[in-house]
Amino acid sequence: MALGLGTAAILLVVLLWELARPTVKRALARGRLIWVQSRRPSGPAGYDPGRERRAEQRARVLLRSCIDERDWAMYRDLGFLRVWGTQRERGRGPGGHASYAYLIYPHKPLVAYVPQTGALLNEYCVAFPDNTRPYGSSRLPDSDDVLAKWMALAADERRLIADANMHLPGRQVDPARVRRDLTRLARWERERAAGDEHGSDRADGASERTADPRGADCADTLHA
Amino acid sequence: MKLLRMKPGHGEIVLAEGDVDVPEQERELIEAFRRELDAGMWAAVPTGSPGARREAELVKSFAEVPREAERVIFFPRAAGGALETDR
Repeated sequence: MALGLGTAAILLVVLLWELARPTVKRALARGRLIWVQSRRPSGPAGYDPGRERRAEQRARVLLRSCIDERDWAMYRDLGFLRVWGTQRERGRGPGGHASYAYLIYPHKPLVAYVPQTGALLNEYCVAFPDNTRPYGSSRLPDSDDVLAKWMALAADERRLIADANMHLPGRQVDPARVRRDLTRLARWERERAAGDEHGSDRADGASERTADPRGADCADTLHA
Repeated sequence: MKLLRMKPGHGEIVLAEGDVDVPEQERELIEAFRRELDAGMWAAVPTGSPGARREAELVKSFAEVPREAERVIFFPRAAGGALETDR
């Protein structure tokens, strides 16, 4: 009798264990995960919108301090920068225009185009990944990415282009978007030129124009 | 002179700051400069003043940094490709 009861008790325990085992395993795994996470350094991890916004604000201040006032205004108003090709001295088209230029978008390829016609030439995919991933991401703030591209282009266009992956237009940046942006840029430059003229009229021609006259000329011819 | 480094999730940080005419401070600047280059960073010196055309130059050693430069900005070296999904 006792033997029978004992056997039944053992069978019952084994049966209960088999039923409970998946739940126990899940609970243990969850506990282990919580323990591992609690052991990690309490430093910043993951995406924090507030931190990213503050980083972007810092990056904008830095960008502004490094580029021309006119370029800063362009970036602030339009969200991208236009940089003339540095081979322009050799490659000037009729009328002394730069033969090509780039649009710099944050975290997008450089888009090369012909200012006189608006024709898109190539996309140059280039990134500046920080593999130390201090906050879990290798991605610089938007304005830092723009500044890095601007500095690299201004300093050594050939090297940057050599490091980039070249693609035909439309691979990552929608050509329709680029054309819209070129139209916006042309309008922006016209308005700015008009503002400059009014300003110089008021100042009796004494004020210094910081605008690059090529820009307005080129933009005027873009979509003529 | 200030050595700045672009940093994801933060913006720029000041790595070192000092007067290049003070030997001890210059030495610290040089050490910080080398550390960044050894870590694979590019170094750029923004040039030009307000009102003048702004430019930048890439430098590969501290000796190439103009003595009058106010800032050297380090940023990760360029790599082909874009990081569309990396956030």
